[in-house]
Amino acid sequence: MVAATRSPAYDVAAGTPDPEIPTLTIEDLGILRSVDYSSRDGVVVTITPTYSGCPAMREIAADVTARLNRAGFERVTVATQLAPPWSTDWITPEGKRKLAAVGIAPPPEARASAAPRHAGPIPLTLGRRPPSPGCPRCGSLDTQLTAQFSATACKSLHRCNACGEPFEAVKPI
Amino acid sequence: MSTAEHDFDDSPYDLLAADTDEGHRWAFGTGFTDPLEGIDTSVPEGLDPGALVRYCLALGDDALIYSHRLQQWVAALPELEEETAVANIALDLLGQARLLLARAGGIVGQTEDQLAFFRSEHEFRNVRLAEHADRDFAELVVRLLLFSTWRLSLFSSLSSCADPVLAAIAAKGVNELAYHRDYAASWVVRLGDGTPLSHAKTQAALDALWPLAGELLRPDPDAPADVFDHSVFDHGAFDAVIDSVLATATLDRPTSAPLAPVAGKTGRDGVHTEAMGYILAELQSVARAHPDATW
Repeated sequence: MVAATRSPAYDVAAGTPDPEIPTLTIEDLGILRSVDYSSRDGVVVTITPTYSGCPAMREIAADVTARLNRAGFERVTVATQLAPPWSTDWITPEGKRKLAAVGIAPPPEARASAAPRHAGPIPLTLGRRPPSPGCPRCGSLDTQLTAQFSATACKSLHRCNACGEPFEAVKPI
Repeated sequence: MSTAEHDFDDSPYDLLAADTDEGHRWAFGTGFTDPLEGIDTSVPEGLDPGALVRYCLALGDDALIYSHRLQQWVAALPELEEETAVANIALDLLGQARLLLARAGGIVGQTEDQLAFFRSEHEFRNVRLAEHADRDFAELVVRLLLFSTWRLSLFSSLSSCADPVLAAIAAKGVNELAYHRDYAASWVVRLGDGTPLSHAKTQAALDALWPLAGELLRPDPDAPADVFDHSVFDHGAFDAVIDSVLATATLDRPTSAPLAPVAGKTGRDGVHTEAMGYILAELQSVARAHPDATW
């Protein structure tokens, strides 16, 4: 998570729910990069996409603007920032707690190579079963991956062998 | 699910249902925002803007046309899990296409929509592999393996290239492409090392697609030297990944020659296979019939 300066406008923007997982805010997900003020653009909210094709970006921009307008900030500009690319490591501890509370397994720390991320070739996970996260319902670690892709770009699908329930997980990137 | 502990001023679902964007919808026409909104898109000094535009078009067109081909599979795949996977991969590629076309369009004063919907076939710079219609699931996964292995390797190099916007788009794509490649590779192994029937079909898919892979490794004459030095692109890494997957899948690496250029021209030069016209007809007809339509 990028350290952001807190301000009244930041607090309003930070409370914007994510369109796909609305119990989490964009601050919880680490999508909110900064909230600044300039005399030319008014309140400038900088957000980052989780995935290149994330269709929620537009909804988020509209929601952030509407919330700020309602809170009395008339001029709002929403800017995008691509670099450095979003990582699930930016999901806050509070965000991870909320994910688990709604039955979505939070992501483990993304691949250890944090800073100079892909300096070398990216390893192929061929034949190596990717680790499946613990079951958010019963806590069992005996779970299996059923699909690397799920209802949204950022999640994978799993099944708990202990309680038999399927569940989603936010996949580490 | 409990919402009591959240500090929203109203239910998150109510908030989402509220029409906060003046009726615009996420579809062709109005309501699109520039995906590069707020990003400094000035071209760095010393870089040839024309070459950068053509290069971004090539990579953007690869993603746009490939995404379209994958979208055609949705609702025709063997299992629900493959539906979500293929739809997600198509969405990732469409997102990459939007960013790359917006990068190119921003320099020449056109929107991503104008570039996607109002260019003619000879203006599209995608490789011919991207427009291939997969005849079965084996072709789908083999083609995706070839394409995503190449694109992942290329995007890894590009994420430190001289154009900061292209570098950021590439760095973003790397994480996505790594998932695409793993998905394709795991299916190629399951099918290749599966039953005699699945093995035969996968080998046949590989043999059919191999000639189209050659174009991926051809140097793009339009790649600006300072954006992408071809010596950076690691052909060895491409071969190593493909060979490792094929060996695990018990498949034979074909020895067939690359599909020949037509009068020296390939997809990158705007010369496409017959399939391309049908793709563009489907992709562009609504936008062209109703160029001023709004939703």
